[in-house]
Amino acid sequence: MGEKTKTPLIRLAKRDGLNPSAAWGIRLASILVALLLGSLVILITGNNPFEAYGIIVNGALGSEVFVRQTIKNAIPLLGCAIAIAPCFKMRFWNIGAEGQITAGALAATFIMRQMVGKVPSVVLLLAMGLAAAIGGGIWGLIPAFFKAKWNTNETLFTLMMNYIIIGVVSWLQIGPWTANQGRMAQFDEAACLPKVMNIHCGWIIVLVLVVFMFIYMKYSKHGYEISVIGDSENTARYAGMNVGYIMMRTMFLSGAICGIVGFIVASGANNTLSAEVANGVGFTSITVAWLSQLNPFVMIAISMMLAVLEKGTSSLNTWLAVPASVSDIIIGLLLFCMLGCEFFINYKLIFRSSHNGKEGEAK
Amino acid sequence: MSNLRINRKKNKRFGILICVAAILLGILLAAFIYRLVSGKPFASVFRGFLPWFLALAVSAVAYGTPLMFGTLGEILTEKSGNLNLGVEGIMFMGGAFGLGGAYYYNQLASNPNGYVAIAIAIISAFLAGAIASLIYSFITITLRANQNVTGLALSIFGTGVGQFTGEFMRVKAGSYITLSNDLKDFFIMCPFPKFIQNIPVIGRLIFGHGIFFYLGIIVAVILAFYLNKTRSGLYLRAVGESPATADAAGINISKYKYLATVIGGGISAIGGMVFITTIAGCTWNHEGLSGFGWLSVALVIFCLWRPTAAIWSAVLFGALVDLYNRLHLAFLPDEIYKILPYVVTVIVLIFSSLRNNKEKQPPASLGLAYFREDR
Amino acid sequence: MDSCYAIELRNITKRFGEVVANRDISIGLKRGQILSLLGENGSGKTTLMNMLAGIYLPDEGQILADGEPISIRSPKDSFRYGIGMIHQHYKLVDVFTAAQNIVLGLNEGGLNIKETNTRVQEICDRYGFDIDPAKKVYDMSVSEKQTVEIIKVLYRGAEILILDEPTAVLTPQETQKLFAILRNMRDDNKAIVIITHKLNEVLELSDEVAVLRKGTYIGTVKTAETTAQALTDMMVGHAVALNIDRPFNQNQTERLTLKNVTCYDHEQVKKLDNVTFTVNGGEILGVAGIAGSGQKELLESIAGLYPVAEGSIEYTPPEGDVKNLVGMSPTQIHKAGVALAFVPEDRLGMGLVGSMGMTGNMMLRSWKNGFGPFVDRKGPQELANFIWNDLEVVTPSTEFPVRRMSGGNVQKVLVGREIASHPSVLMSAYPVRGLDINTSYAIYNLMTEQKMNGVAVLFVGEDLDVLLELCDRILVLCGGKVSGIVDARTATKDQIGLLMTSVGGKEEA
Repeated sequence: MGEKTKTPLIRLAKRDGLNPSAAWGIRLASILVALLLGSLVILITGNNPFEAYGIIVNGALGSEVFVRQTIKNAIPLLGCAIAIAPCFKMRFWNIGAEGQITAGALAATFIMRQMVGKVPSVVLLLAMGLAAAIGGGIWGLIPAFFKAKWNTNETLFTLMMNYIIIGVVSWLQIGPWTANQGRMAQFDEAACLPKVMNIHCGWIIVLVLVVFMFIYMKYSKHGYEISVIGDSENTARYAGMNVGYIMMRTMFLSGAICGIVGFIVASGANNTLSAEVANGVGFTSITVAWLSQLNPFVMIAISMMLAVLEKGTSSLNTWLAVPASVSDIIIGLLLFCMLGCEFFINYKLIFRSSHNGKEGEAK
Repeated sequence: MSNLRINRKKNKRFGILICVAAILLGILLAAFIYRLVSGKPFASVFRGFLPWFLALAVSAVAYGTPLMFGTLGEILTEKSGNLNLGVEGIMFMGGAFGLGGAYYYNQLASNPNGYVAIAIAIISAFLAGAIASLIYSFITITLRANQNVTGLALSIFGTGVGQFTGEFMRVKAGSYITLSNDLKDFFIMCPFPKFIQNIPVIGRLIFGHGIFFYLGIIVAVILAFYLNKTRSGLYLRAVGESPATADAAGINISKYKYLATVIGGGISAIGGMVFITTIAGCTWNHEGLSGFGWLSVALVIFCLWRPTAAIWSAVLFGALVDLYNRLHLAFLPDEIYKILPYVVTVIVLIFSSLRNNKEKQPPASLGLAYFREDR
Repeated sequence: MDSCYAIELRNITKRFGEVVANRDISIGLKRGQILSLLGENGSGKTTLMNMLAGIYLPDEGQILADGEPISIRSPKDSFRYGIGMIHQHYKLVDVFTAAQNIVLGLNEGGLNIKETNTRVQEICDRYGFDIDPAKKVYDMSVSEKQTVEIIKVLYRGAEILILDEPTAVLTPQETQKLFAILRNMRDDNKAIVIITHKLNEVLELSDEVAVLRKGTYIGTVKTAETTAQALTDMMVGHAVALNIDRPFNQNQTERLTLKNVTCYDHEQVKKLDNVTFTVNGGEILGVAGIAGSGQKELLESIAGLYPVAEGSIEYTPPEGDVKNLVGMSPTQIHKAGVALAFVPEDRLGMGLVGSMGMTGNMMLRSWKNGFGPFVDRKGPQELANFIWNDLEVVTPSTEFPVRRMSGGNVQKVLVGREIASHPSVLMSAYPVRGLDINTSYAIYNLMTEQKMNGVAVLFVGEDLDVLLELCDRILVLCGGKVSGIVDARTATKDQIGLLMTSVGGKEEA
């Protein structure tokens, strides 16, 4: 035993709540670190990072057309992040948004096929939206039922549910519902979401959902129940809450919102149904929700940021012949940095000082 | 007490018996379905069935091998209590870097040797997966971020890196890249001599597969031995079951979690490389590879975190992945085959939570962060 | 080597946030001696020993082994110095066997379970344990688990054993067996520390007693030279003449009657066995018993939180019909007009929402009120302000998370809310645990006030002195059974102590 030191070099201690502006400062810094790391990737491809970032920003926000496309990309991200927020608040790890989107789009398409041409467009769209909400909701409800009843692991269950419904859609796509060569027919004009300011009106729906979710979580009885369960299920039971029922109800709501997003994507953006309707949005939006601290308004900013990166890097592909997948890399780096930085918000490092018990703080 | 032990042994023997019976029954059933579909008289069914079955078995093993590596790696990871949902990304990176390693060796070496190429592919895939998992470990273990979210971020990042590397190599080379035909053969070669492979039925069924399948079995057996029979394996399981207990016993939680996750990620990554170098024929094929990582996560549940069970489960899943190519049933659309693995997994998940059996459960601390001074 | 101590703690201070758990404590452990570390709940005994076990690091002070200063950074370091701690909550891996748990964390090359089994058997024979090394922990009884824990530290050659409240979960017979084993170990020249707050055990077993009070070190005395009275004085600071005001409420009416209530936990273990008693409006009925005798299940089954297998719980309202509460959920009980207030043992894990402020916690009782989809914040806000002022809760605002308040203030918030709901039955489990004297008295007064208002008060306590001075009657639980109900004005401590450990004699007073 050589060393006779009293304490190790670095110790951790929980912070007693950092003030919000410092916390957001740390988060902003982490975004900068991520962009710095991203520029290394761009350097590998033999390009100037400044030029590349310029192209990204320009490609995402440089013209009205680009901005529209960027917003189109942000809509499903934001919508799903909102859907996931109450589940995560409840510490119910719903990673089945991907499947719930698909289920919603599937239900909407089913209704569309039944009703198209028989009813006016408004009625058709409303019916599709409702069907999507129910479809997505049921897809979310199933894992919640088993969680409530037998405590079945919800993370793994919701994950599996994604691929089941995607498989069903890809069967319909090349099987019963196929139009030509494994593709489904384009939606009838009446089944497409109308445009407002040249973007399909999904953005209005999603913004309404933002406000709704904010109020729901903060001021409603349901929101209160969700917060209590997230803190302690025992307390919830003590207060007379039916935890299993609330779990199922919340998952139905979450699935329903995801379903509506699926409907928006299928009807507004793609004008058709395909197995790729979710296209990873369900997973990315989970990170959006988490990084926004489940605050719906912050989600707008973060989903826009990811959408800008996604759209911008696609023009990077056209201008500098950088593979389009660089967007996933930069988004991944961004997520890593933002996930990691929460540590410095929640904990402080205490370095051993050589003299007395003085505590030095990092960051 | 000794009574109990004998009972357990008996149970085990009984279990094996049932398994064998089930397999035989399955083969019979498959033959029966084949008869229904082909409409041939029963006598000729077996003559037609056997080659069909052997072909299915071979392709099941081929598709099962990448899954097996993916699953084994994830089992090791999850045994430490880390739920790494980034397997999809890890396998992408393993595929791209494994191929890259072998490709550049092929290009640079004057007289490329097949064994060296395989070794280089394995090492580069392993390193890629290990580095990816190191990022995950750092963020979840040291920085204590949420495991689910970090895993998803890793799967976004990893698929991006894999894709990027695959495309980048193609752009650099000017055309799509692949290995020379000699080397390609090495990747799908069978390690057994011809005369053993030529034993009727058994030769093809058991000894006729590619080298990676047997490597996978070795990894599975080593992993099972490690987890169940060694001290370090016992400690790793303790970390995954109850980190507070392990910590109090003086086990270095972070070390075990880091090592298990990083090595597990490396093993999973080899799965991606195996897919690219065998099934995809040594060219970058991200569409084929996509979904294998998620299937591996499913498989871990399906085989209830037991490495040896991963061998036959992976082959079974491999059969399901490829079955739609080989068995066309009027009432069962091809695409539905693809969801069977997930449906089966969900059923296993539900039953294991229903049965309340203490042994066949996920590691108790799976997905949870551990911080000692938390009270 | 100027020290006769195997391990010595010098001027140890440990803080958790703003709370000082240990302040400048110095204690020494000798070989061949059993030292009792005595103190009330929350006096910092466990925290202090956890620093020897490598769970916590001291903020200030020194630890010496045989006179040499050492640093215990991890449990591993702790083992290296021959220290083994048996925690109150057993740290065992459920799906492992006894032997696998015993070898956990050791550095001895390969894994040879056979050899382990032989060595375990040796230890068993030497000190008188009885355990099957191949038995899985999830199949074990509590006392078997404790045995595994003790063998675990002996197996790694511990010379210094620390046992945290080892008898809390044991039957009297098991306790005697354990004491015999501990004496064998002392005779084997080991240094033994038992953390306890039970005086009779201290006097029976130990050679020396070190006393802590609210995180500070009071002193060490030889057991042979002290008395229970002297130790109590050291422990609480003044003689236990509590002088709790106990008026008598003349207007007692039957309020809650339990008849033959039996409960099982999810593993089908009987937790309450044929429990029958009545609590009247206008009295405080104390509930005594060693930890885990069914107190928690008793209160939770009345509150509708624990399934009742057999029997009835009849509620007689001040006016109106008798209702049977069995089978009702908390919401149904509330809807049936039964004003039930419950201060659970686990304040932050059950009674309160740690991440919310006072207002949010007030809402826990009222969130359902009103018809609309929104929660009413105004009422709870007013209530929070009222409690803030009335009970002198120390907090920067009513939005400050209660998790970050001190224990006493947390309890004031909880009790204040429960009393504010104008209950007709008030149940409280260990409501003064970990609180300072002033706050404890404030809580006693609140309980008495409720009693005088005609409320039926059920008070689960662990301090018999408090029970004897505060309550009107005391019900004693033992192993899920009612072993007796005594009049608190005439009963003695001995009498209750006897009932707490005897299952057989069912004397009613």
